Amino acid sequence: MPRMKVEPAQVEEIARELYVRALKILPPDIKQGFERLTATETDATAKSVLATMVTNIRVAEQTENMLCQDTGIPIYNVTIGREVEVDGAALKAAIRKGCERATREHPLRSSVVHPITRKNEHTSCGPGVPAIHVDFSEESGRLTIEMIPKGSGSENNSWLRMAIPAEGINAIKTFVVDCVLEAGGKTCPPTIVGVGIGGTSDLCVMLAKKAATRPLGTRCPDPEGAALETALGEAVNMLGVGPQGLGGDSTAFAVHVELAATHITMNPVAVNMQCHSARRASAAVTPDGVEYGF
Amino acid sequence: MAHHVLAPPITEAQVRALRVNDTVTLEGALYGIRDANQIALFDKGRTTRFDLHGQAAIHTAPNVKSVPPSAEHPTGYAPVCIGTTTSARMERFTRPLVADLGVRIIIGKGGLGAGSLEVFREAGGAYLAIIGGTAALETTWVEGIEDVDLDDLNPESIWKFRVRGFGPLLVAMDSHGNSLYDAVDRQSRSRRQNTLARLGVKPAAE
Repeated sequence: MPRMKVEPAQVEEIARELYVRALKILPPDIKQGFERLTATETDATAKSVLATMVTNIRVAEQTENMLCQDTGIPIYNVTIGREVEVDGAALKAAIRKGCERATREHPLRSSVVHPITRKNEHTSCGPGVPAIHVDFSEESGRLTIEMIPKGSGSENNSWLRMAIPAEGINAIKTFVVDCVLEAGGKTCPPTIVGVGIGGTSDLCVMLAKKAATRPLGTRCPDPEGAALETALGEAVNMLGVGPQGLGGDSTAFAVHVELAATHITMNPVAVNMQCHSARRASAAVTPDGVEYGF
Repeated sequence: MAHHVLAPPITEAQVRALRVNDTVTLEGALYGIRDANQIALFDKGRTTRFDLHGQAAIHTAPNVKSVPPSAEHPTGYAPVCIGTTTSARMERFTRPLVADLGVRIIIGKGGLGAGSLEVFREAGGAYLAIIGGTAALETTWVEGIEDVDLDDLNPESIWKFRVRGFGPLLVAMDSHGNSLYDAVDRQSRSRRQNTLARLGVKPAAE
């Protein structure tokens, strides 16, 4: 197969487009998640809250407006396949530029400030932001970019606990339940509860974010992790936190687990949540062109 | 569970008539407040030229666009997307906002804490829940941006919106010591043990 060359100008355009798309159109799996919760919810207030959320999805599409005022912290996940030729440094610069252009041209509220001076450059960019993660795949002739505007309501509720082996799996289960209780309505439930298990401290937190932003309906590839997803998903919806923390059955769309091997002395667990406006957009670059999706 | 239509300024009697689970539709003025502008007002000694007595304030930092100033857009800003943010971060500002500046109603998501509930009881105030993450819908209730102050903090300026049919909003904390969030929190924490048991976690194992 001939090598596929990806130009920075193309990446810049995709990065700009993805930010705006992600803010406006909710992925179909999340819409289906709302249908599922609406069908089973028993609490009257919760039913009304879910109905308003569903109405908002429709209004956003009809008015071509953003689903939520929070433009989030922009995250770009790049996956580079085989036989793809791209200048890595130029790619990162192009994503940054696309992100800034989306902010200025739409315009979007820049939600990004310097962490000490609190100065807002009105570009949605700053030191280390947008977060750009690069990975590689076996697939030939394909480069994908996923964009996630991560809202702060859910991101402010992120936790890491370096549990120890003597605490076992129970430490993980208890931690997840307690995080959901602690989050209450602050995370804009119903949420996707992302759980990272194992790894190092940083890898564990990264896994929790990956889990929280995975499409609904996908499962942890590890069978033990997948079983835990089912058990925890049922458990957290017994708590009655409900949509917006106002009570009800629909506390979480799902609990997602991602795991990595860890040290013999370690048992780390991290929780990161995605709010009900679980926004993401993606683009695939192939020799046939650019295809936008979720 | 009564429905109230309120057009600020709102009197103490009007706000004390609100009970949790009532609903409210707001008409007229609505002020946008946020982390940075409340830090400026209450920690850094800055002041606002807005008289907030009897007013309603929403925890927000909107998406706006710059336009030529006109009768419709006197500030040179047009609304793009206006919603709410998590109120809990701004818990410690409720007392100066309500007791000192005279705000009667705070609108936000996720609720405020015990300190705020006490201020609402003492001074006459209420917290109305708007649904977080539904800004596209809420933007259709906003007619325009009438004024803006402390705009060097943009987007965390203090905004004065003109709203029409803004709601229904749910009275989630009232001036009589009632909070729906407290009630839900107590209930969900009471279910913790059973939930953990379902997961095979015995109390002794914790």
